[in-house]
Amino acid sequence: MLVRRLAGSLTVVCASCAFLTFAWAQTDLASRMKDSGQWPMAARDYANTRYSELDQINATNASRLQLAWTFSVGADRGQEAAPLVVDGTMYVVGPYAGPHPNRVFALDATTGELKWSYAPKPEPAAAGVACCDVVNRGLAFDNGKVFLNTLDNHTVGIDAKTGKELWHTKLGEINKGETITMAPIVVKGKILVGNSGGELGVRGWVTALDETTGAIAWRAYTTGPDKDVLIGDDFKPFYDNLKGADLGVKTWPADRWQVGGGTVWGWISYDPDLNLIYYGTANPSPWNANQRSGDNLWSTSIFARNPDTGQAKWAYQLNPHDLFDHDEINENVLVDLELNGQLRKALIHPGRNGYMYVMDRATGEVISADAYEFVNAYKGVDLKTGKIIPNEEKTPLVGKTIENICPTAPGAKDWQPSAWSPRTKLLYVPHQHLCMNFKASQVGYIAGTPYVGADVDMYAGPGGYRGEFMAWDPIARKKVWEIHEKLPVWSGALVTAGDVAFYGTMDRLFKVVDAKDGHLLWQFRAGSGFIGQPISYRGSDGQQYIAILSGVGGWPGAVANAQVDPRVRNGALGFTGATQDLPFYTAGGSELLVFKLGGANGEDTSHAPPK
Amino acid sequence: MHLRNNCPAVALGILIGLATTAAIASDGELRVCADPNNLPFSNRDEAGFENKLAVMVSEHFGQRVSYTWWAQRRGFIRNTLKAGKCDVVMGVPAGYDLVETTKPYYRSSYVFVTRQDQHLDLSSLLDPRLHHLVIGVHLIGDDGNNPPPAQAFGEQGIVENVRGYSIYGDYRLADPPARLIEAVENGTIDVAAAWGPLAGYFAQRSPVPLTVTPIQDYERFAPQQFQFAIAMGVRKGNDALRDRLNAFLEEHRSEITSLLRGYGVPLVDQPVALSGGHQ
Repeated sequence: MLVRRLAGSLTVVCASCAFLTFAWAQTDLASRMKDSGQWPMAARDYANTRYSELDQINATNASRLQLAWTFSVGADRGQEAAPLVVDGTMYVVGPYAGPHPNRVFALDATTGELKWSYAPKPEPAAAGVACCDVVNRGLAFDNGKVFLNTLDNHTVGIDAKTGKELWHTKLGEINKGETITMAPIVVKGKILVGNSGGELGVRGWVTALDETTGAIAWRAYTTGPDKDVLIGDDFKPFYDNLKGADLGVKTWPADRWQVGGGTVWGWISYDPDLNLIYYGTANPSPWNANQRSGDNLWSTSIFARNPDTGQAKWAYQLNPHDLFDHDEINENVLVDLELNGQLRKALIHPGRNGYMYVMDRATGEVISADAYEFVNAYKGVDLKTGKIIPNEEKTPLVGKTIENICPTAPGAKDWQPSAWSPRTKLLYVPHQHLCMNFKASQVGYIAGTPYVGADVDMYAGPGGYRGEFMAWDPIARKKVWEIHEKLPVWSGALVTAGDVAFYGTMDRLFKVVDAKDGHLLWQFRAGSGFIGQPISYRGSDGQQYIAILSGVGGWPGAVANAQVDPRVRNGALGFTGATQDLPFYTAGGSELLVFKLGGANGEDTSHAPPK
Repeated sequence: MHLRNNCPAVALGILIGLATTAAIASDGELRVCADPNNLPFSNRDEAGFENKLAVMVSEHFGQRVSYTWWAQRRGFIRNTLKAGKCDVVMGVPAGYDLVETTKPYYRSSYVFVTRQDQHLDLSSLLDPRLHHLVIGVHLIGDDGNNPPPAQAFGEQGIVENVRGYSIYGDYRLADPPARLIEAVENGTIDVAAAWGPLAGYFAQRSPVPLTVTPIQDYERFAPQQFQFAIAMGVRKGNDALRDRLNAFLEEHRSEITSLLRGYGVPLVDQPVALSGGHQ
């Protein structure tokens, strides 16, 4: 007994001496991105394209897709995670729910056989304190290690072969409302992690950890003085209104920036040539708008930073003094585009505010910003000043009822990532099509404190549908095709060299469409609705596989899996009204689904025992 | 069920007999969901007035109180009452949309809390001194919805001198919302604009004498309200329990009022001392 206890404590001690295994300056991620058989990070590549070069599945044969195997992650809450596939092993993580919150599984990517699982020990206080989202958007991988973010603010390094914990680092305090839901990414041996919890008055940050030891290398806050935001001599924003010292303090009254929100719960992309990472920050909070006069920098902004030091290169604010909860944490897809006869290093950001931003990713200049959704909350983006033009008529004020504001609080598009095909040169975008009424006088009650708030009621936008999957041409600056869906399209997108695109619907359909014209090729009715991220990889049998988690939830899906009362239209911060009928289509789920092509004549012998 | 309802004394006798044994049928329990760290309302030691009220109800019903503890923030009702973990939440605003509410059992007001030695004698929301005094408010931040005083100050352009205290606070510390009242005690702020029950309770226990005054002149900030009636909440559709609780409330009005007074809760529409126990 004594011996065992000693051995146990030795393991713990040695977990922190992982540096003994040599600190690899070299990362193997970049080479894995070049191997089309793997899916080494949530977005597949640093450019965040979610494009697979595999072309076995194409428009001609997609109708033969069949279920290969399934796996349950054992927790029926929203499944937003992207599985990873590295060297024939799939790594997948469940939400923060059930007996083993944020459990990680390693599976044979071809057969589905379970290799190991790892269950982090949550802080005892976490249950009942974490209020909101319990989703996890995925893991990261580099140099034989899997990296996990837990909802209760730990980043964990796990041995990819054995599932043994190598180290963990606590990054935030759940007792103060901080959580982590985003998928980390690894750049040059550093794991980049951002926080969530803006609703509770959290100050946003992104933190870099050493992948070998878990030690914190740098942290860049979203609000506050330049030294906290890591703004220094290298900082060269394109627009004049973003130049000046300590704007993260000066664009707020008094001390408002100290709990100013601007969390970082979305996607991080990276350009190795420019050596810059890119990410968007969330809405300002938790003050009501009339108590936070000013632009509230650096909320709802895109940052370009040096990943080695964290120092900012440029920043651009999309929604100064945000009134609509328009976080701009959405993905930044890095592509080189020929615009007006000039090859530009571009960044495409499908804004929560309804505008498709094409920016110069070296300088932070907005090249174009066009509405891809019905927008009346704003009147456009001034390309001279880079400023969005607010529509005063649609400005929500407590005590005033305003009807028909589009888009709504979750925006024209939320976290659900789009995909870019270098073949079609189109961006495939899953998004919402919702409007809202903003009414005064809803009584809320928190921690023994009653208050009168806004009653936000969301409903289908013009045309009566609530979601859309579309293909956008960033050069022609227009929509090429669109597919209307009954419910918001809250799943991610995938596009492949077979010129087919994949997405899932909240009413349980996983779909394949022709990437050129949006023509539906195949669909599969799953156990629960989709809010996950489809991926593609090559199995050890040489076949192309497609994988996605099924299991509705998240913000729009709370009505189906978390007993938000569907009769109360303004539940789940107004989203219930928009998804009131969801329980009619689906309940919660936790199933990983893996597909491949069946035989040419429909025969499929892969499930018969080997001869 | 009905029989027991009519014979509370008998049921209570049986319960006392059972009290030392572990197993109690769930219909012998008043299942309450409450925050384990939120005085004066409730805490895990059952020292809050909502805990005491739950005991009064359970005795009336001939039941025993059982608790599901959950921090009272976004998701509280969803994760507790709606998840079927309990049948009643002891305090919610009357007419609260997420639940079925009973008749209200008290009505309180947002109040100003100041140090007695400052002699500020504040009560009006339109008092010009509010433009200069350092004022503390609670922050909820539920997508821009904050307590009425924060909104009303913003509307008047009273911004730079307003300080925010998170209603959620640091949950590792006792009663996180109390930090706002402590800030008046220790002179960090001149005035707290807080919900009455919380302010009244902590003012009563303050080592420094504090003055608690219901906020006046709020009419022009409608539809913001500064007074709220508080009821109990049951799951929607659970009319039977609601009716039994209503009957209990009807019978125990005066006892409930004394209970609340004991906790320093400023009650409006009733004559009551409002100076936080230091008159």
